[in-house]
Amino acid sequence: MDLHKLIFEVYPYVALTVFLLGSWIRFDTEQYTWKSDSSQLLSKKYMRVASNFFHLGIIAIFFGHLVGLLTPHAIFSGLSVSDMAHQWLAISAGAVFGTLCLLGGATLWLRRMLNTRVRAASRWMDINILGWLMITLMLGLSTLPVSIMHANEGNAITMIALAEWAQSIVYLRPNSDLLLHISLVYKIHVFCGMSVFLFFPFTRLVHVWSVPLGYLGRAYQIVRAKRVRV
Amino acid sequence: MKVRAQFAFVFNLDKCIGCHTCSVTCKNVWSNRKGVEYAWFNNVESKPGIGYPKQWENQEIWKGGWELKNGKIQLKSGSKLDRLLNIFANPDMPEIDDYYEPFTFDYAHLQNAPLLEAAPTARPRSLLDGTRMEKISWGPNWEDDLAGESAKRSVDKNMDDIDREMYAQFENTFHMYLPRICNHCLNPSCVAACPSGSIYKREEDGIVLVDQDKCRGWRMCVSSCPYKKVFYNWESGKAEKCIGCYPRVESGMPTVCSESCVGRIRYNGIMLYDADKIEAMASMSDVQDLYQAQLDIFLDPNDPEVIRQARLDGVPEDWIIAAQKSPIYKMAIDWKIAFPMHPEFRTLPMVWYVPPLSPVQSQIDQGNLPVGPDGAIPRGDTMRLPVKYLANLLTAGKEAPIRSALNRLIAMRSYQRSVHVEGKADLRALETAGISEDQAKDMYRYLAIANYEDRFVIPTGHAEVSLEDFYSFQGQNGFTFGNDSSAGISPNSLFPERRKQTVDSLAPAPSADERP
Repeated sequence: MDLHKLIFEVYPYVALTVFLLGSWIRFDTEQYTWKSDSSQLLSKKYMRVASNFFHLGIIAIFFGHLVGLLTPHAIFSGLSVSDMAHQWLAISAGAVFGTLCLLGGATLWLRRMLNTRVRAASRWMDINILGWLMITLMLGLSTLPVSIMHANEGNAITMIALAEWAQSIVYLRPNSDLLLHISLVYKIHVFCGMSVFLFFPFTRLVHVWSVPLGYLGRAYQIVRAKRVRV
Repeated sequence: MKVRAQFAFVFNLDKCIGCHTCSVTCKNVWSNRKGVEYAWFNNVESKPGIGYPKQWENQEIWKGGWELKNGKIQLKSGSKLDRLLNIFANPDMPEIDDYYEPFTFDYAHLQNAPLLEAAPTARPRSLLDGTRMEKISWGPNWEDDLAGESAKRSVDKNMDDIDREMYAQFENTFHMYLPRICNHCLNPSCVAACPSGSIYKREEDGIVLVDQDKCRGWRMCVSSCPYKKVFYNWESGKAEKCIGCYPRVESGMPTVCSESCVGRIRYNGIMLYDADKIEAMASMSDVQDLYQAQLDIFLDPNDPEVIRQARLDGVPEDWIIAAQKSPIYKMAIDWKIAFPMHPEFRTLPMVWYVPPLSPVQSQIDQGNLPVGPDGAIPRGDTMRLPVKYLANLLTAGKEAPIRSALNRLIAMRSYQRSVHVEGKADLRALETAGISEDQAKDMYRYLAIANYEDRFVIPTGHAEVSLEDFYSFQGQNGFTFGNDSSAGISPNSLFPERRKQTVDSLAPAPSADERP
């Protein structure tokens, strides 16, 4: 099996399996470590802008990828969204939120490296995962010129190939041939992105699972009764 | 009516000598771990002063507690949606320097230093990043005994409508101690602010706890507690707070801070209250009515109707008896000498305070003070501490209840003085203050003698109704850095490593046999 097949047909399943099973096992056995691990107490400086930019950016990017890649082509056609409109939307949203995320994330990473208190309280994985996200993000941003070039030519082949490949993974019919002829920068970006899922359960990223939307519908007060028999 | 029992406290400030024994015992038992070096579940402040953390009472800064919005209470920090939108960077979160930078000293240097002309010194070092601290410039009790300038101390929120200039004069200065723990509120704003729902109030005794496994470190509780008594453990990433020493309380023992109080100022007991009334009573439009509103939530444990309902609601028989003997009930309801701190925060706190008397002894000796009917003990409003200050602290500024309480405390003394000095009971002061002779005797017994069994009336927890297999639960209480209450514990883990549980000794001294 060649490297291309290994990375785009096997690796996605390895990453997703580790992502799901790892998260499950950690939640089950190590809930005490399941947290956002905020360092805001140690230093508030830059947090308000940087953390909000980073989070807003990365959430938008995640859902952008999710919808953009996994929506079947027929649905876009059904909604009469042309391939070019789709591509331009992806390019502009990616540019805006990518820049936002990069500004925030880079500030957070520098803060983590340079603020002695935050640095001392950091585990190596805290520094690494943020660095990895930034590398992935910068690779993503550097696909923009190529995508813009394609869009100007009216060529949506790469975008469609990436979407079909992502869908082939989800439908358990992996087909790495779809990615044979796309630019290298996309391939590296995809590899780094898949690796984020691989690292996910071993990092603070697990707090993403616990997004507390339930709070909105909850009563203010919580009283726990400890009676098993009355 | 829904009857619930609450484990409650009274601190008799009149007898607090500011020795910090409570703080130290608490720290040694509960917060001597990495990440909470700066956290004092129990601390003692010198008032007037800005306290710990700095200016905690000023909710314009921290947005703690509740506020009334269109007749309904809402967190002062904003709606639930508002909280979630601010989850990435809580704008109201204190920084560690608002508490203080925790430090240690290079003690080992005292033993490791080579022979020198000058004696070696142990210099301070930060416990956050291990760097040298040239100077320690703030601490948990920096203003101890009115240390520092009056101008800085009098930023104290309670001084807002008091003439700061006048009380800055040396002859007018006043001072009191304020020991503080978590108030285990009836309407806790930390619980309400927790997005993950990890903070809860225990049904059986009302102690407020943080579920360490469920806490995700969203930090909303830290800023929403108006008393700043929920702390963020920067090592574990979890919120921690006073746990009301529940493992002790469940065994019928007082909390560590109460037990170790050398001045015998602390009282632990049970109060019955009507849980259906909480929201209505916390929503009083005038903050000055909140003290009375909280009194109205409490139920008379001797009322047959209350007892009947309490049994229906699952309050155990011995808890009802404990409520009937509660020292808290006597001081808060029968004698009205104890008050909740800052009722205007609308959290209905359950640590109540007996205001301190502060007679100006030299003025009494010279006969310069107006005295009560016995001609010897001065009146309540002639004390050194302005009544207004105590009222701002304890009744949202309403002076009448404070004045009445001070007069009752004085009347009790006056009565005892007449019995012991004159040899003949003089009831005039008692009549003026509106208490009976029996009440005065009881007050004397509870406040002056303060026997252990009068101070602490604590029914044991009922493990037989709360646990399927209570024998196997033995030895599982307390804080740790692991999921010790869950199955499948292994010292080796793929997931982020657990780090040292105790503060590292930065440069250990040589052991005795290594020393030259």
